[in-house]
Amino acid sequence: MSVVVKPVNQKAWWLIVPVILCVAFSAIIPLMTVVNYSVQDIIGPGRAVFVGTEWFAEIMRNEDLLSALLRQLMFSMAVLLIEIPLGVLLALSMPERGWRASAVLVIVALSLLIPWNVVGTIWQIFGRTDIGLLGNLLVGLGLDYSYSGNPVQAWLTVLLMDVWHWTPLVALLAYAGLRAIPEAYYQAASIDGASKWAVFRYIQLPKMRGVLMIAVLLRFMDSFMIYTEPFVLTGGGPGSSTTFLSQFLTQMAVGQFDVGPAAAFSLIYFLIILLFCFLLYNWMMRVGTQDKGGER
Amino acid sequence: MARIELDLAHSYQRHPHSEADYALLPLQITFEDGGAYALLGPSGCGKTTMLNIISGLVTPSRGHVRFDGRDRTHDSPQARNIAQVFQFPVIYDTMTVGENLAFPLRNRRMPSDQIRQRVHHIAGLLELTGQLNQRAANLPADAKQKISLGRGLVRPDVSAVLFDEPLTVIDPQLKWELRRKLKQIHQELGLTLIYVTHDQIEAMTFADSVLVMARGRVVQQGSPAELFERPRHTFVGHFIGSPGMNLVPVHVHPDGTLQLQGQGHGQGHGQVQGPSLAHTDGRRLPEGPLTLGLRPEYLRFAAEPQPGSVAAEVTRVRHMGISQLLSAVAGGHEFKAYLPADAAAPAPGARVHLVLLDAHTCFYQNEELIS
Repeated sequence: MSVVVKPVNQKAWWLIVPVILCVAFSAIIPLMTVVNYSVQDIIGPGRAVFVGTEWFAEIMRNEDLLSALLRQLMFSMAVLLIEIPLGVLLALSMPERGWRASAVLVIVALSLLIPWNVVGTIWQIFGRTDIGLLGNLLVGLGLDYSYSGNPVQAWLTVLLMDVWHWTPLVALLAYAGLRAIPEAYYQAASIDGASKWAVFRYIQLPKMRGVLMIAVLLRFMDSFMIYTEPFVLTGGGPGSSTTFLSQFLTQMAVGQFDVGPAAAFSLIYFLIILLFCFLLYNWMMRVGTQDKGGER
Repeated sequence: MARIELDLAHSYQRHPHSEADYALLPLQITFEDGGAYALLGPSGCGKTTMLNIISGLVTPSRGHVRFDGRDRTHDSPQARNIAQVFQFPVIYDTMTVGENLAFPLRNRRMPSDQIRQRVHHIAGLLELTGQLNQRAANLPADAKQKISLGRGLVRPDVSAVLFDEPLTVIDPQLKWELRRKLKQIHQELGLTLIYVTHDQIEAMTFADSVLVMARGRVVQQGSPAELFERPRHTFVGHFIGSPGMNLVPVHVHPDGTLQLQGQGHGQGHGQVQGPSLAHTDGRRLPEGPLTLGLRPEYLRFAAEPQPGSVAAEVTRVRHMGISQLLSAVAGGHEFKAYLPADAAAPAPGARVHLVLLDAHTCFYQNEELIS
């Protein structure tokens, strides 16, 4: 029996050094500073006390934070529930080819090109009851509309703004997915006598799985971290009805300088997003791909 | 089940100007009920267009499609009750094999016990029974294509089943088997089958009647034997057979003798008068230029001059397993001839006399068969 002696060569480690450095500077080091803050009480420059999990325990008791979290979850769910079906519907009704397709694509993509704080400003004016088109119209219809006075209306206005701003992204992704379906599928479906609904259910939707997953993940992450637009539109009010998580955190960290609890919650915030994306990804990858029993 | 009549022309352009703008030039064809047909031709000859017109995926720019005498030109594939199988497998990813097969029946609201029976019958024919509960998306390409075939065959009452090069993705071993299956299904169910292919063997083994197409035209319709024995067009002679027919220009003199029109052999100048052929058989040929065609399978040769022969020089002999293929040059034209595997072949460079006139010889004027 011969023994193959492999020469030991550790030089390959050098090849992954650039990656380790990149990841360290882009993710690990910033994250570790947050971890560092979350377990210490910083009393002054150079004076810090290790407090263990105290900040975590404290923020878990913070009613305002929990209600901001709840508000945020409801908002993100509403965003997904509205924007994904609406985007798909929009994509289905867009022209397939020709100059109309190009024109519609440009128009649909317009709202995506506007900076976020400008979006907030646009809607702030749009919703004003004195000079804004939307506000004036609603008041003219006899509705008692005010996004700065009524919490429910403020919340709905922020939601509407997000739908206006981001549904086109979903639509563009879904449109790309639709265009990638070979013509033969539609021909086969037509031969098989499939209804429009069956074509959607059994061809278009399954073929859009990949892009829709990206759309859901992007829209979830983005909406869960929403900051600029409601900040510009309502400033988080009235009361705290449109104070979403990131704004709450910013107030806590920068406004009140409660760096410890803010850091602790940042970590939890991060983990929520990570966990949710992980669950969503796994669910969407798995749904509709398994065999239904029987022999293999 | 239906008798399908086509009387139409089609162009994908809105304002076609020349013949080249047409995918299908004006044509009249009838597919009899219960027949097995093949549309055979090179890529771009219009065969898929014709298939899509029959199924209703494409509406012809002129003319009519009739099923049993009823005008169906503007009916959808659904209304025509056509089944079609495409070149690449189309399966519904989220469904199991069984659900895929049942899909065309479910869409037509067939009772579920009948659906189950049909699905099992077709799955049995295509040997898919063991995989009925498996998700179709996880299967290899050939199994997916079998599902596509199955979906085409599952409806018992279709007007016709159309196949658009359905065996492209299948490996040769299984190809034979599936072709045999299709043939068997055709005999069992008596369906009208129309099969598009560019593979002559596939067309010849599958169909009772083969339509050879070229540049938007049906150049010949006939049984495989007719296409082989009496190609009506030089294109058919050239396209059918491997290698195709030997086609050479000849000149008929007023006295009835034939002369092979030679070709400048690497000398760069015009025609060289070739050797003369004694006109021996009884056929009357029109004076002037013609094309003579003779299949390599029928081309004999001899060591001595014979009636209707021409002197040639052997250039190459290739052994092809079950036969030998001899190449010889006469008057600058290359001729191919098949020899039995065990025959003593002349060596390259040897002088032989090719017998060009024979009962199997065909003559063409302007590419069309005469007499």
